[in-house]
Amino acid sequence: MEEFAQQVVTGVSIGSIYAIIALAIVLIYRSTSVVNFAQGEMAMFTTFITWSFLLRMDFWPAFLLTIVVAFFIGAALEIVVMRPVERAPHLNSIVVTLGLLAIFNSVALWRYGPLQKPFPDPDNWCIGDSCLEIFQGDAFTAGAVTISRLNVGILFVALMIMVALFLMFNYTKLGLAMRATALNPVASQLVGINVSRMLALGWGLAAAVGAVAGVMTASSLNLSIDMMAGILIFGFAGAVLGGLDSPGGAIIGGLSVGVFQVLAGNYIDSQIDLMAAFAIIFIVLVIRPTGLFGRRLVRRV
Amino acid sequence: MIRVLKFQDVYASYGSVLALQGVSLKVAEGEVVALLGANGAGKSSTLRTISGLLRPSKGIVEFEGRRIDRTAPERIVQMGISQVPEGRQTFTELTVIENLRLGAYTRRDGRAVKQDLERVYTYFPVLAERRRQQAGLLSGGEQQMLAIGRALMAKPRLLLLDEPSLGLAPILVREIFEIIGKISKEEGLAILVVEQDASLALGIASHGYVLETGTVALHDTADNLKKSDSVRRAYLE
Ligand SMILES: Nc1ncnc2c1ncn2[C@@H]1O[C@H](COP(=O)(O)OP(=O)(O)O)[C@@H](O)[C@H]1O
Ligand SMILES: [Mg+2]
Repeated sequence: MEEFAQQVVTGVSIGSIYAIIALAIVLIYRSTSVVNFAQGEMAMFTTFITWSFLLRMDFWPAFLLTIVVAFFIGAALEIVVMRPVERAPHLNSIVVTLGLLAIFNSVALWRYGPLQKPFPDPDNWCIGDSCLEIFQGDAFTAGAVTISRLNVGILFVALMIMVALFLMFNYTKLGLAMRATALNPVASQLVGINVSRMLALGWGLAAAVGAVAGVMTASSLNLSIDMMAGILIFGFAGAVLGGLDSPGGAIIGGLSVGVFQVLAGNYIDSQIDLMAAFAIIFIVLVIRPTGLFGRRLVRRV
Repeated sequence: MIRVLKFQDVYASYGSVLALQGVSLKVAEGEVVALLGANGAGKSSTLRTISGLLRPSKGIVEFEGRRIDRTAPERIVQMGISQVPEGRQTFTELTVIENLRLGAYTRRDGRAVKQDLERVYTYFPVLAERRRQQAGLLSGGEQQMLAIGRALMAKPRLLLLDEPSLGLAPILVREIFEIIGKISKEEGLAILVVEQDASLALGIASHGYVLETGTVALHDTADNLKKSDSVRRAYLE
């Protein structure tokens, strides 16, 4: 029983990064019906940017600055690359995101080289002398269950993003306009919403959220060009499980995928964790085609 | 009378489909104008061109003396034109009050917005009762009221209505047209109303235009149009 509990805790820790990536995928999908396959590589690329900032500043300033830079990269991509293919069939847009995946990968390889780079754990949060020690220090234990400080910190960051997005979407005029744009672009234009701007904002937000996932991944592994490849697949699975258009679903989907992965790896065979996770997702999708929290099966075209 | 809208010799198309072929019409301050015509005549396209959703290839569109034929739709809303689109197009997954708030999206005068919300609720009390419900749960008539309320929340000086009677029971249609007439009187609002059912629109309009395949076939006062043989034959009987 304790072993099981430990695995769930480990699964949730791994899953929190999937959840963040799933959230980024959902942010773009719900407003444009486009699955951004470059989400992982964008996150990898922005983490290299963090790494270059880290040569000049402390962890948290570098992290915040990265989020801002990522936001503008995302918005610029929507305006420059996605907008020209906006009116074409969605498949075209999806192929363009595959192109972006390749481009980010090559540019990162060219600029930063193929070698892994050491990446620091996030510093604890300190104001003056009082510190919130959730990123560095001894692991937390309860009975035989342990969880590292870093994993607690990552979970905490995932939770913060969720709360921030929830507040924005539900309690601000901008959030309401973004939801409206995703639901009915023409009606949104007719109430005076600049729909193009909302789409650029959606991409910016997704890139910013992805950047967080990238930094958290690099902190728990190392910074490398291929670090997001597997995570994108699991994150995508989490997004699909959650229903693709539900931010809350993305979080729960991402966490569940992490737990499935660990349990399957442990109770069946660590070689097949990927396959077992997908088997469960497949079964869920057969029983509930819209995912656990999705509402619409077919989107407007 | 002050001219609110001037639409002069306008051409517009969807790809190779020519929808408007030289349409001209005018709306003056505070008046209700009917836009009649058979299915496919170009009524919706006319409204879409005014709102900026459809770009004219030729011709002039002026609102209160300013050219708007190259202006973005969101800017046109801000200038004072609201459209209630064909088929209502409410945000069905959002609540009634969220729909109404979105109507006021371009406005910065929060206090006045609150007053206007109350005014919309007095025109359509059912919206007040159902303010926390999802718009998709409203009946067709209630959704039409919501669509009109949402357009009013922008505090327009010109309201464009595209077939408000579409798919509604006759008794509801009469109620909605009565309220539209009342709104126009009380708010001094200019209204351009598209209808296939001519008698309804001519009941509240002072004059009307009849469109046929993208051109104006007839323009006269509402009373004369009601008496006109061709209108009677085509749209009233
Ligand atoms: N989205 C569209 N794409 C192509 N053709 C269209 C589109 N909308 C309308 N049309 C065409 O434009 C003409 C005018 O249509 P519309 O303005 O909708 O007429 P009405 O509102 O009077 O029924 C019709 O021939 C119609 O088939
Ligand atoms: Mg029409």
